[in-house]
Amino acid sequence: MSATADTHAHDDHDVHHHKETFVTKYIFSQDHKMIAKQYLITGVIIMGIIGIMMSLMIRMQIAWPEQPNAIFEALLGKWAPEGVMDADIYLALVTIHGTIMVFFVLTAGLSGTFSNLLIPLQIGARDMASGFLNMISYWLFFVSCVIMILSFFVEAGPAAAGWTIYPPLSALPMAQGGSGMGMTLWLVSMAIFIASSLLGSLNYVVTVINLRTKGMSMTRMPLTIWAFFVTAVIGIISFPVLLSAALLLIMDRSFGTSFFLSDIFIQGEVLHYQGGSPVLFEHLFWFLGHPEVYIVLLPALGITSEIIATNSRKPIFGYRAMVASILAIAFLSTIVWGHHMFISGMNPFLGSVFTFTTLLIAIPSAVKAFNYITTLWKGNLQMNPAMLFSIGLVSTFITGGLTGIILGDSALDINVHDTYFVVAHFHLVMGISALYGVFAGIYHWFPRMFGRMMNKNLGYLHFWITAICAYGVFFPMHFIGMAGLPRRYYTNSNFPLFDDTTNAQTVITVFALIAGVAQLVFLYNFVRSIFYGKKAEQNPWKSNTLEWTAPVEHMHGNWPGAIPHVYRWPYDYSKPGHDDDFVPQNVPMKDGEEELHH
Amino acid sequence: MTTLLIFIIVLFVAVAMWQMVKIFDLAQVGASNNQVATDKDNTFNGYMMIGFLIFIYAITIASFVYLGDLPLMSNSASEHGPGLDSLMVISMVVIFIVQTITQFLLHYFAYKYKGEKGRKALFYADNNTLEAIWTIIPVIVLAGLIIYGLFTWNDIMNIDESEDPMVVELYAQQFNWKARYGGDDNVLGKANVRLIDLDRANILGVDEDDPNAQDDVIVTELHLPVGRPVLFKMRSQDVLHSAYMPHFRAQMNCVPGMVTQFGFTPTVTTAEMRQNPDIQDKVANINALRLERKAEIEEAGQDLNYQFDYLLLCNKICGKSHYNMQMKIVVETQEEFDTWMAEQKTFPNSLN
Repeated sequence: MSATADTHAHDDHDVHHHKETFVTKYIFSQDHKMIAKQYLITGVIIMGIIGIMMSLMIRMQIAWPEQPNAIFEALLGKWAPEGVMDADIYLALVTIHGTIMVFFVLTAGLSGTFSNLLIPLQIGARDMASGFLNMISYWLFFVSCVIMILSFFVEAGPAAAGWTIYPPLSALPMAQGGSGMGMTLWLVSMAIFIASSLLGSLNYVVTVINLRTKGMSMTRMPLTIWAFFVTAVIGIISFPVLLSAALLLIMDRSFGTSFFLSDIFIQGEVLHYQGGSPVLFEHLFWFLGHPEVYIVLLPALGITSEIIATNSRKPIFGYRAMVASILAIAFLSTIVWGHHMFISGMNPFLGSVFTFTTLLIAIPSAVKAFNYITTLWKGNLQMNPAMLFSIGLVSTFITGGLTGIILGDSALDINVHDTYFVVAHFHLVMGISALYGVFAGIYHWFPRMFGRMMNKNLGYLHFWITAICAYGVFFPMHFIGMAGLPRRYYTNSNFPLFDDTTNAQTVITVFALIAGVAQLVFLYNFVRSIFYGKKAEQNPWKSNTLEWTAPVEHMHGNWPGAIPHVYRWPYDYSKPGHDDDFVPQNVPMKDGEEELHH
Repeated sequence: MTTLLIFIIVLFVAVAMWQMVKIFDLAQVGASNNQVATDKDNTFNGYMMIGFLIFIYAITIASFVYLGDLPLMSNSASEHGPGLDSLMVISMVVIFIVQTITQFLLHYFAYKYKGEKGRKALFYADNNTLEAIWTIIPVIVLAGLIIYGLFTWNDIMNIDESEDPMVVELYAQQFNWKARYGGDDNVLGKANVRLIDLDRANILGVDEDDPNAQDDVIVTELHLPVGRPVLFKMRSQDVLHSAYMPHFRAQMNCVPGMVTQFGFTPTVTTAEMRQNPDIQDKVANINALRLERKAEIEEAGQDLNYQFDYLLLCNKICGKSHYNMQMKIVVETQEEFDTWMAEQKTFPNSLN
């Protein structure tokens, strides 16, 4: 379907055809599609492989504690003398796995790839508002990745205070080896990361507000764009607070201030710190930390909304309710951080308030889940791999989200706080769900990015093994948590009390290893399809959104002629009165046709 | 040995997957396959969805059958425990019902409405009544849970000083716990890390000149008389720790620079708990498992035979030996407690 013939003046800014060198095209590119691919390769693929490999090592240590293991010896070197993992490096693995997965893969990788790719293409813009800032944003991200990985090679080891880096543990090099140079590099890396994230987010917000094509009102935007837009706003509100926390921690560490430290006696001496409070750090950290969960999750939900509607050949059910629930979640996400701190020593009354706000989040979340299910009802479901991952996301989102009702309840949190119950909860609801979102997005928009199709049968294989293993890993884990086993224990061999959890731990590790191997199927499919995949059609999924009206070939400006105009919302699937079961957004309304979603 | 076996299994799975990948790949050579799902794919994956639904139910049932004795959801040993446990059970029931229904609808619809060529989906974009229903139902259920939860929380966290609780300080340092009793006057002497004097064995930094400190008692094993409310005052000298006493449904962080608190009343003595049939089953199970790992356990210098004890664990990452920071808790009758207490040195006598 070609863009409509009529053009208007401001769209007609000419597409530059200046000569591209290798460097400007592939390295210092300012084109949003290339930057999206850069984020995909660096953030999702490379950092993802590193993060997942760390998790597998963690799982092997938990299942077979203190046993010689050739894999540890090969990968950890001096940190695994004779193949036995060191307790310090275990904590470092836990820390860096969390940091990499949450920030690098699921924040930068997810938003960086799909916001960059889809915002201009789906709203009908030639590129991001600022291609230059976009380029800077990616390269800052790249630098922060490099620094984070370099921290593995410092003498005393990388940061090992948990991804939440609570002081004083993270502030005092004498408290832990990883709190020396390793923590310095962690903080520097995160400071650069936050700068990158803010530049990216500002760009997304400005682009969505200013560069929508004619006819693309806010209520005609695909839910992907709504999700990316709101995610960027949350990021702008909350990331600076983490930056301030990191800067104050750097001050405490290096310049002797006492923002977070007071009354400390360690290794035979009293330190000079007085008057600070670690609880202040916890407030600042979780002021970002909790919204961060939604920064990770909302883009995945946006991607899922789009894919479920397209593959159900049905409009997404309750478009306005979906937008409203995204906004409600975004608002609530900024006033619930205290539920990570019920037993931090914070005033119990404050705990009551945070219990109230936290459980409120279940309402918009429930609305979203029910709307997804209703969208499937009486659909004509096309089971493409992207669709499977989207359905899988709804499934894990429900399973993981429901246990949030327990953890968000301050009274119940007393006994399951920081146990494996929490680990199971957040891995399902944000880790696995968001990863499914990433996979769904890659399978769905691969033709848009690389002009080729991924192999669907390998996609099915990948999905079904991953889906089974995800439940196999995280479902039994709730029970280990309810038995009272704390997370982040290098081994519980000194607690006979927990000996009856060891069999479950072994089963979980086996599922995790199989899941890890299954990701190789994806990797093979991904790399092979880039070069040898079946050539993609213009609109392989018969989708309504604008990105499928642009030519497959890489070009600056996205559309060769005028930018298409938009005449309808993106979910006119199987609309009565049309022969096809999809009506793209750039098709004008017929005479007498109504916009039915209002 | 098991490690090796499991690696071999994983290796086999990997090889099997590799073979499947190759077969899938070869099967597509020359086929006019555009990699978009066909009716055949829709049918196959539709049935898989039903299979997956069964898998979710199966793993739920299996977890309850095989791991159901793990959770600490009964046999609490504190006065507030049963209230908290019943809130937990109610929440679990709500979750279980919602999970069962929604997972069924999701996967059943995915099977029932799997795509067929030529069929058209129903254009159904909105229904305010439905939206209202599934906004209001969660609101009502959550309102109930919130109110119940907040009453429970206030009940636990509001410490009634008029009940004359026994004051005990829990003192955390990398990587061990100490407890300090207020002594006869039940008042803790002042303390600060700046008063720590290792040469005189004043490890907790208690003020030697404070009259209230003269009868304080510092121990490394926590004893509590049954039925008497205890008010714990937590301190840490170095990093964050968390005093986690799972059997008493109690937990509070220990924060350097401030004193945090948590109170509860122990209701079951250690001896009584050891006679509890559930606990005896659990212990027997653990001992059977330990017998299988006999050589390993003896090599580590541990007792092969496990006997039930209440524990205080550290539950906030605190450094290298975080995984081994614990203290035994003994709950006993008032007489036994008094006898034990009389044997302990008071603070001034414990100094060098």
